[in-house]
Amino acid sequence: MFAELAWLEEVPPDFRARVKAVRARVAAGTLAGVEEALYELALGRLDLNQLGQLASVLAAYTAARPPPGPFARVRLGVIGSGTLGMVEPAIAATALRHRIVATVVGGDYGSAVQDAIDPDGRFRSIGFDLALIALDHRTLGLDRARASAAEADAAVDAAAGMLGAMIDGLAASAAGGVLVATIVPPVEPLFGSFDAVETGTVAAQVAGINARIAGLARDKRIVLVDMARAAAWVGIDRWHDAGQWHSAKLPFDPDLIPLYADVVARTVAAIRGTTRKCLVLDLDNTLWGGVIGDDGVDGIALGQGSAKGEAFLAVQHAALALRARGIILAVCSKNDDDVARTPFRDHPDMPIKESDVAAFVANWGDKATNLRAIAAALNIGLDALVFLDDNPVERAQVRRELPMVAVPELPADPALYPRTLLAAGYFEAVAFAQEDRDRAYQYAANAERAAFAGTSDMGAYLASLDMVADFRPFDAVNRARIAQLINKSNQFNLTTRRYAEAQVAALEADPTKVTLQVRLTDRFGDNGMISVIVLDRGGGGATWEIDTWLMSCRVLGRRLEEAVLARIAAAARSGGASALTGRYIPSAKNKMVADHYAKLGFECIDGDAGGETVWRLDLGTYVAPDLPMRIDATTSPVSKDDVLAA
Amino acid sequence: MTVDDIIAKIAGVMFDVFDVDDLDVTAATSADDVEEWDSLSHIRFIITLERLFKIKFLNEEIADLKNVGDLARVIQAKLPA
Repeated sequence: MFAELAWLEEVPPDFRARVKAVRARVAAGTLAGVEEALYELALGRLDLNQLGQLASVLAAYTAARPPPGPFARVRLGVIGSGTLGMVEPAIAATALRHRIVATVVGGDYGSAVQDAIDPDGRFRSIGFDLALIALDHRTLGLDRARASAAEADAAVDAAAGMLGAMIDGLAASAAGGVLVATIVPPVEPLFGSFDAVETGTVAAQVAGINARIAGLARDKRIVLVDMARAAAWVGIDRWHDAGQWHSAKLPFDPDLIPLYADVVARTVAAIRGTTRKCLVLDLDNTLWGGVIGDDGVDGIALGQGSAKGEAFLAVQHAALALRARGIILAVCSKNDDDVARTPFRDHPDMPIKESDVAAFVANWGDKATNLRAIAAALNIGLDALVFLDDNPVERAQVRRELPMVAVPELPADPALYPRTLLAAGYFEAVAFAQEDRDRAYQYAANAERAAFAGTSDMGAYLASLDMVADFRPFDAVNRARIAQLINKSNQFNLTTRRYAEAQVAALEADPTKVTLQVRLTDRFGDNGMISVIVLDRGGGGATWEIDTWLMSCRVLGRRLEEAVLARIAAAARSGGASALTGRYIPSAKNKMVADHYAKLGFECIDGDAGGETVWRLDLGTYVAPDLPMRIDATTSPVSKDDVLAA
Repeated sequence: MTVDDIIAKIAGVMFDVFDVDDLDVTAATSADDVEEWDSLSHIRFIITLERLFKIKFLNEEIADLKNVGDLARVIQAKLPA
């Protein structure tokens, strides 16, 4: 399943002709829409040759220096053991599948260590956002058994020291962070089963270095790419190709490059926030066996006692496990609404309850239209959806109408549905915070708030919500969530400036910056962190600039932006400023905030409609409005010490 | 399968492997005739042929090949009669 990327659709027979058509568009300078076309080409189970063709068109496109498009741009440097020349273009082509336009540059063959530690060398002079270190046990000196545990520990220490130096070197040149692949254990046993007992074996040393790599990831020094696990998925016997290593120094079976590239690309997607957020489930023959409208609650296959019933039970448990880590669940089914809901209400073995489902759409309309409605109701993009449906006709219709929705291919046997869904890496993550756990519940509560809003006038509605906004500066506890918002928020984001977690930490400590994180609670629950602001004190001058202002779309229409401005204005005044400037940098997704500063009473001082604009607010005349919420500021964003330091 | 049959099949995948449109493949065709045929695309070429003919090459079998004709003869020897 993993080696074949079985969740992807088959490659169309005219793939190469389609690639050539895009190449012709790029050559003609018609760059609009090329990213979407490249994305659609990347959706199939591409082999090594096809990945190469796609990478070559992508390279032509990026070389044409296109204006910002719908996808995130990433420059990734790759260094590692052996010949990686086929891996680099494969990663670039595969990243398109994850809605990232990547430029991937490799180091020189056999020079991984020098490339990483030499600040003036060719590799580090190229300029990267991210860097990947993909070593094997040989390069790290972990390729022979040691006589004692002490010697093995020393070898692991030396390997960790070398890796640490490489990480430190690359971190200085790749501001977005360093990715480190775990080391794949070699195949050959020495003693046999006793290898697991004896501390000096190669297997023990590889386990040791991988534990160190995991520690570095927990300490946020790196992002871990679990290649050892990817190798275990397909089997290390298949992974290691001794013949290819001896003849071409290929570090693993080149047939597995498409999988390798996807594992790297999905991690980059997680860093850049382009992973999916919501799992949309079909019902009949996807969540249970049979057709509820025909078979009834007693007739569908679900629950212990039959292989089929247990298989569908496993599908539901997989969905609930995703929900528990913050993935939103939705339902999209061709059914009468009341019939579709009966198993949720009346089936004794049904693990998923209606309250677990943030958006429930059951009608006889087409699924593409209903998926649009689900995305709109949840206030997320179509590109945040994964649609699980057993019916190949429905899958094809959704793929044709809504290519931005991920639609996994499913095998005939429902026993394999969970594995297929989870193998695809749609929901890859590089951090996990309490907020993630709570998010699925927040979306459900939002639906209730929306229903409630329909019954009263806006002012009375907002007042009745009992909102409390909590403002505080960035702190270490919330740093992962802050970085996640900075990298994931697209729509309500004035400047779309992305900062990796290490950069967020630097902002916290930077005396020339003032940072704010905002949380909102109301009578329906805790909305969690819903806004992040970075202010630049402008070198102690009279004008502060709003470097970053983003908000969660979940709380739109709650006048929270006015509360944020009031807080910013108060901070700037107490820091000695007399004016604020804000900047709107258009992206493919943030049109909704083009008039943000105009609505808040700023005056436009630079730029034209359609392009980047700069806005100014005179703090001498600004008066904070009365707002339907209580403000909690546990710590003033500007302390007296800060004012003195400035 | 004759050597000519095998060459015709090899030619069929060379467009994909080397991502070229104009290629007149004969027994004498070699890496010198195809600009995109370098050490990396050669590896892809070999893997693609292994998959196409459902065979596995030994390194020594393909170390000294001069042209597509040599390659076709190695493949022919590995195919079941």
